[in-house]
Amino acid sequence: MLTVNNLNVTLDDLVLANDMSFALEPGKVNVIIGPNGTGKSTLLKTLFGDIHAKSGAISFDNETLQRKQLSRWRKQFGYMPQDIRLDVELSVLEVVLLGQLNTLGFRLDDSVIEEALSALDKIGLLHLADRQVNKLSGGQCQMILFAQALMRKPKILMLDEPVSALDLHFQHVLLDHLDAQTKEQGWITIMVLHDLNLAAQYADNLLVLKDGKLVANGHPSDILTPSLVKNVYNVNADITKDASGIPFVRTIRNIRGASTSKTTEANHQPKTKKITSIAEGII
Amino acid sequence: MQSDLISDAVSNQRRSEKRRWSVISILLIILVFSFVLDIATGPSLLNVRDVAKALLNLIGFPVEVDATTQVIVSSLRLPIAIMAVVVGGVLGVGGAEMQTLLNNSMASPYTLGMAAAAGFGAAMMLYFGSLGINTNIAVPLGAFVCCMLAATFLFALATMRHISSGQLILAGIALLFLFQSLLSLVQFISSPELSQQILFWLFGSLSKASWSNLSIIASVTVVCMFFLIRDAWKLTALRLGEERAKSLGVNITQLRLRTLLIVAVMTATVTSFVGIIGFVGIVAPNIAKMLVGEDQRFFLPLSFIIGAFLLSSASVLSKVIVPGALFPIGIVTAIIGVPFFFWLILGKRR
Repeated sequence: MLTVNNLNVTLDDLVLANDMSFALEPGKVNVIIGPNGTGKSTLLKTLFGDIHAKSGAISFDNETLQRKQLSRWRKQFGYMPQDIRLDVELSVLEVVLLGQLNTLGFRLDDSVIEEALSALDKIGLLHLADRQVNKLSGGQCQMILFAQALMRKPKILMLDEPVSALDLHFQHVLLDHLDAQTKEQGWITIMVLHDLNLAAQYADNLLVLKDGKLVANGHPSDILTPSLVKNVYNVNADITKDASGIPFVRTIRNIRGASTSKTTEANHQPKTKKITSIAEGII
Repeated sequence: MQSDLISDAVSNQRRSEKRRWSVISILLIILVFSFVLDIATGPSLLNVRDVAKALLNLIGFPVEVDATTQVIVSSLRLPIAIMAVVVGGVLGVGGAEMQTLLNNSMASPYTLGMAAAAGFGAAMMLYFGSLGINTNIAVPLGAFVCCMLAATFLFALATMRHISSGQLILAGIALLFLFQSLLSLVQFISSPELSQQILFWLFGSLSKASWSNLSIIASVTVVCMFFLIRDAWKLTALRLGEERAKSLGVNITQLRLRTLLIVAVMTATVTSFVGIIGFVGIVAPNIAKMLVGEDQRFFLPLSFIIGAFLLSSASVLSKVIVPGALFPIGIVTAIIGVPFFFWLILGKRR
């Protein structure tokens, strides 16, 4: 169990976590959503020990995060930062192998190479193993970094916008694999997503942040409501549920806010017009 | 079926490793040729075959060789030729690690002001008449102390939490300008004779090589290389970017400090004995990167070998450009290095 109690984080007078408390259970996918600059990446970095909290406590099982024992604390984590650039003369296999950094010897054992290749195979990228990473697309790099994070065999896996550069197919390949591994290995998975519908489909637990505050925490079907979306993003939305109870968010474009047209015809139109924008990643 | 694909991929990886070891072996052979040629060239031109024989004789193979040749080889030219190999290697590795550490292929101890600091230290010692100590000890000592001072300043910056690699590079460049100005100042206020003496030291020269200073440089190099190779995977991870290396469990501050210290000690040691030799530190790692990539298990030894080859062949050139006279080696490396530098910059644009 990863518990966060009364966490406060500030950076240059900017409050990025305001008295935040929650507990995350093993074997669950936790998704953090919220507007830009609201403290989602900061929360991940704070959990990883990269940003120091002003006050509050973070503990995992019986261990509390302390500055002096950062290396030991971090050994339990797999962390995939947001940046996906890989401008380096290394092969895909070598990059994935670095996930096992602390166990690599000068001569690589066949077993560790096979493990890295099998991680690539599971996400459908075995054919890229001997390609140079600096010749690959952003999406391919993102998948490779995902394989690298898996190689760390973490107890807590954190991913910061892991599907930002992926096409529809690979978004689902990554998230399906992540979901299956989380359940199978009993990991605590925490990821930041922007797409509410992906979040609703894959989260066992949704953490909604606004201005450094945790405004909602629970299963998507329990907490994802039009009023929550309006409150957090200032966007109107319709939310329906599919047969299995998974919420589907349909955002509503506010014409008056988007256009400055003052033609007579426009004045005869209703003041708001619903236009469905089918969220990316669903069809 | 999948297991077949995986075992094929394992074989591919093994083939790729073998290919890179072959590249390293080929360059090692080229280095040996250049080393033998370096011994053969000089005021009295020796036959390459005789040099090879004398070297074999020296390492215990009973081969018949002319006594004069044996003396010239073992007492006069061998220390200089080994010095060229070790110093070139150290400069190559120093550049490679600076480039890794600062994530910039134009970084080297030379461009970060460490070499300029060593030059300033040496010039100060010459200016103050070696403070009453033997010049052969005082000048290297002054160079070493100043080089370490510059490195300490960079360490202090590197320990600060939110200092990025880019800021470290800028600080290094500022140091380079500072020490170059101070060096010019010392030359400006010195007598013409002293100024010439300083200038000659700054050119860089292998001619002061002796078995005793060679043993110091070689032992420092062996120890430093051991520690660098031990960190090979961590340094490779660092090339993915600092944040990513951190996410893989690397303690960035410690790794930066340790590597910076090792590079500073190596650079200070060689610069204090041979003076300022530029461009090897930038050129060697860039060639190594093109040939074997950035897996430090291959990149590190190859940077050493290419650096060694560059300085060894520059040593040969420095003796044949003006027959009978010794052309300063620092000038030769810069003349070879500058066109390469341009090629590198223009190549990047493509």
